Amino acid sequence: MGLAIALVLLLLCVASVFLFSGHYGWFPPLVSTFTDYDKQFTLTLIVVAVVFILAQLALGLFVWRYRDRGNNQAKHIEGNNTFEWVWTSLTFVIFIGLGILGQRMWADLHFTEPPADAMVVEVTAQQFQWNFRYSGPDGQFGHTDPKYVDESALNFIGLDPHDPAGKDDIMTMNRMVVPVNQPVKVILHSKDVTHSFFVPWFRIKQDAVPGMTITIHFTATKTGEYEIPCAELCGLGHYKMRGVLDVVTPQEFQDWLKKQATGQ
Amino acid sequence: MPTTALPEVEWAPPKTSDNGHGGFHHDGHRGFDRGDGRGGPRAIPPADKYRIGMWCALGAIVMLFVAFSSAYVYRQGLSFDWQPLQALPVLWFNTAVLLISSLTFELSRRSLRRDHTTPFRAWLSVTAVLGLVFLVGQYVAWRQLAAQGIYLGTNPHSSFFYVLTALHAVHLAGGILALGFVLRGAVRGRFTSARRSAVDVTATYWHFMDGLWIYLFVLLFQLG
Amino acid sequence: MSEAIHEAHVHHPPKGFIRKYIFSLDHKVIGIQYYFLALFSVLVGITLSLLFRMHLAWPNASWDFMGKLFPTGMPGGLMTPEFYLSMVTMHGTLMVFFVLTTAPQGGFGNYILPIQIGAEDMAFPVLNMLSFWVTFVALVVMMMSLFAVGGAPLSGWTAYPPLSALGSISGPGEGLGQTLWVISLAIFCVGSMLGALNFITTTLNLRAKGMTLMRMPLTVWAWFTTSILGLLAFPVLLAGGILLLLDRVGGTSFFIPAGLVVNEQLVHHNGGSPLLWQHLFWFFGHPEVYIAILPGMGVTSQLLATFARKPVFGYKAMVSAILGIGFLGFFVWGHHMFVSGMSPFSAVAFSLLTLSIGVPSAIKTFNWLGTLWKGKIQFKTPMLFAIGFVSLFVTGGVSGIFLGQTGLDLYLHDTYFVLAHFHLIMGVAAIFGIFGATYYWFPKMFGRMMSETWGKVHFWLTFVGVYCIFFPMHIMGIAGHPRRYSDPSNFKYLAGMSTYHQFITIATFITAAAQFIFLINLFWSLWKGKKAEDNPWHATTLEWTIPSPPPHDNFGGKVPVVYRGAYEYSVPGAKQDFIMQNSPEEV
Repeated sequence: MGLAIALVLLLLCVASVFLFSGHYGWFPPLVSTFTDYDKQFTLTLIVVAVVFILAQLALGLFVWRYRDRGNNQAKHIEGNNTFEWVWTSLTFVIFIGLGILGQRMWADLHFTEPPADAMVVEVTAQQFQWNFRYSGPDGQFGHTDPKYVDESALNFIGLDPHDPAGKDDIMTMNRMVVPVNQPVKVILHSKDVTHSFFVPWFRIKQDAVPGMTITIHFTATKTGEYEIPCAELCGLGHYKMRGVLDVVTPQEFQDWLKKQATGQ
Repeated sequence: MPTTALPEVEWAPPKTSDNGHGGFHHDGHRGFDRGDGRGGPRAIPPADKYRIGMWCALGAIVMLFVAFSSAYVYRQGLSFDWQPLQALPVLWFNTAVLLISSLTFELSRRSLRRDHTTPFRAWLSVTAVLGLVFLVGQYVAWRQLAAQGIYLGTNPHSSFFYVLTALHAVHLAGGILALGFVLRGAVRGRFTSARRSAVDVTATYWHFMDGLWIYLFVLLFQLG
Repeated sequence: MSEAIHEAHVHHPPKGFIRKYIFSLDHKVIGIQYYFLALFSVLVGITLSLLFRMHLAWPNASWDFMGKLFPTGMPGGLMTPEFYLSMVTMHGTLMVFFVLTTAPQGGFGNYILPIQIGAEDMAFPVLNMLSFWVTFVALVVMMMSLFAVGGAPLSGWTAYPPLSALGSISGPGEGLGQTLWVISLAIFCVGSMLGALNFITTTLNLRAKGMTLMRMPLTVWAWFTTSILGLLAFPVLLAGGILLLLDRVGGTSFFIPAGLVVNEQLVHHNGGSPLLWQHLFWFFGHPEVYIAILPGMGVTSQLLATFARKPVFGYKAMVSAILGIGFLGFFVWGHHMFVSGMSPFSAVAFSLLTLSIGVPSAIKTFNWLGTLWKGKIQFKTPMLFAIGFVSLFVTGGVSGIFLGQTGLDLYLHDTYFVLAHFHLIMGVAAIFGIFGATYYWFPKMFGRMMSETWGKVHFWLTFVGVYCIFFPMHIMGIAGHPRRYSDPSNFKYLAGMSTYHQFITIATFITAAAQFIFLINLFWSLWKGKKAEDNPWHATTLEWTIPSPPPHDNFGGKVPVVYRGAYEYSVPGAKQDFIMQNSPEEV
């Protein structure tokens, strides 16, 4: 029985190494400037893998080695303070060390202001779609009020029709277009319940909370179409709340802006 | 509510046992002495399980009101719709009533410690009556607010006022219920200066409810 | 108040059926009542998980016979998304509250704790009965919410407002079902607090002569610490529940902000804060994780010592680790909220505190390994589950090192990685603790042995099964699969996930089927099992000094006296390889 447990635990270790190194399902390619994420993940993965394998194998080994063989005798050991101190300090250093290193990417996102020339996109989540808004040529967002919301007129965010600053605002539904290599500042709102803005390729996620204004920022480094799933349960349509993030060249972006402006 | 703990208290000490577990505690051996000759006398006499239970209950009640208080502070700090109510005069009256009730409870306990049965019962009854007066007073405060058109959902401060006063009232009602049981025991002559743990535990709860009310009153009307 | 019939010294159980088995004051009967309440809940919970696992594996398949069973939830045999979310919500709620909170603590804690400290009963027997029946009422209300008009609640077991606070306007399942859900949890909180109060008082006040704190079995330490957590955490959930209920039915705005437009309707509320609920919920919710797992840790320590025939390695370190986990558990709730919009500065503090709670957890693991080291291990079924517990605890624990880092959580938050993490550590590991405890104490509780052979079959299928179910979820999370998606096929980047879903679903069905082996073993052994001795495992703690099953007053009116610590195994020079706690033997 001890041998069986040891073998199963060994199998578990082999299978996990196989699963985690074979990448049968892995992160989508990183296409933002948050490269720290993948470095920190790999570092943590290596440390955790060592801890995991050592612990499981020790468990398997002890269970097999110290099984009841009929004639052996258990040794009366009540503990060992040196061991306690060693493994307490060791785990403390490792865990806290990783934790401190893990703040780098957090600081990049939350303690670093986006550059002054960052493009601003306002995201307003609702059941079950993403609304995006660009300020247009005047660089100013028009005033919004919930009382102006009129979905049949495609005014999802309640843009005030009387505010001149809002006349040139560009609004899109479920499609966000940003130029490549351009810092983008995203202002997150929600109209109804809590949603979560998740771009797996950028390694970022941020809840959009009704009643709150939360900003994040990123810089896409590769053109292409990426998906924006909602990552916070928002009701029955949660699983199909899908936005598309279209990263294009600056030229394509200007063309797109023009097309949107004339389309209004 | 943790107040339901109260009826559990043994109001009337049975003839043969102190908790319905006949004889189990009477051998005088139980507790913290180590059994190997190294121990001293037990630190906590068995009857004091009521005291420990009461302090646990108070711990839970404290956490309940800590949670509400932090919600209160958080909600107040975040919002632009906070319209503070003014303390109604009747609330000052209620506060005084409750403070006096703590005093009368202490007078009652002092009488009990001296085995003066009649003032013990009298002050105990006064305490219970004052508790009821407080509850009626709180109800009057609610009616007065409602008459001004201020209801539970009117604004966040009124919401908290109704929620906190209602919860306090529920807990105090539990205290009055406990007082009722103590009074019944007192009328039947079951408490003496040597046997008064139910009275003491109820007093702890009562004073705590008094202090809690003062705290809520300050939080609701004297801060911010 | 207590009307238990008592004479001097020996107490007989009440005569009538109702007083003896239904409204019993006997902690042993109440413990068994809790256990069966949890057993009922776990069966419902597993059934729900089978339903949603079927849908996840084959989202477009039509199950005609299911359509007949659930005409509204699965019209034509095709599961609606709201039915899926209701299943997920009720699965989580039932498992966390009515299984993982009740069975280890209300069940085994109630039955075993008083005996292990040498008491006749809990400190407040009437209160104990009340705790159970309050919990029972909570379960009834929760089951009512499952069948409520307008659909069962679907806001997840965390019930984040505004979704859970707005009422039917925000979608199906947000009407009566959600209201009943909140009421049920509030009732549950009351029952749990009453229970916790009783456990603490019992442990502090009713210990037998000689049962010093540092001689208490680690199970008692775990139940005691769990009770402190429950006593201080449940009131906070109760407060949150009251406020949520008032937002739903009282027109208040604690959690609902102003100016919401839900389904094109303007909602008239003042400026409440959704984050306030998250703080209240997780202030409770994180200690709740330890409420679920600490008793399992205690049981594992007890079982490893018993079946390795060795004292628990580093008893004092184990006690400190239990207390350390309990204490730190109150200061880490923010790690559930890294991406919630909470202050990023407090997130850093929460992150470091979270990683430091890994230290006492690691201490426990090392000491368990130390307990096995140089032992003489007997592979009885309870021991297998204890070994399984250690393995699962390690696997579930190490993924916490990823999730506890603010940066890494940015991607992994609310993905299947989180599902893998918490199912392994607080779900399955805690369940292994319950299984281990069942196989270990069944002979004491019912006077009969469970079948060892079927127990081992049950262990192997379950152990391999749960790894097959939950281990691949790490990879799915790394691939970015969000939680609570009834069908990932709307997203191109999740296209490769269906193979994983199918594999997991098949593993789930096999593992669930294996639980029938357990159920049959349990009920068969109740009536037909081999008669158990007083001390079949040759263990040391006080429950093994009395008959199996114990008499109504546990020790037959005699007061046990304790002479030594809880784990004196293989003491050199002793007559046997174990010395019971009440043995005055000099070595």
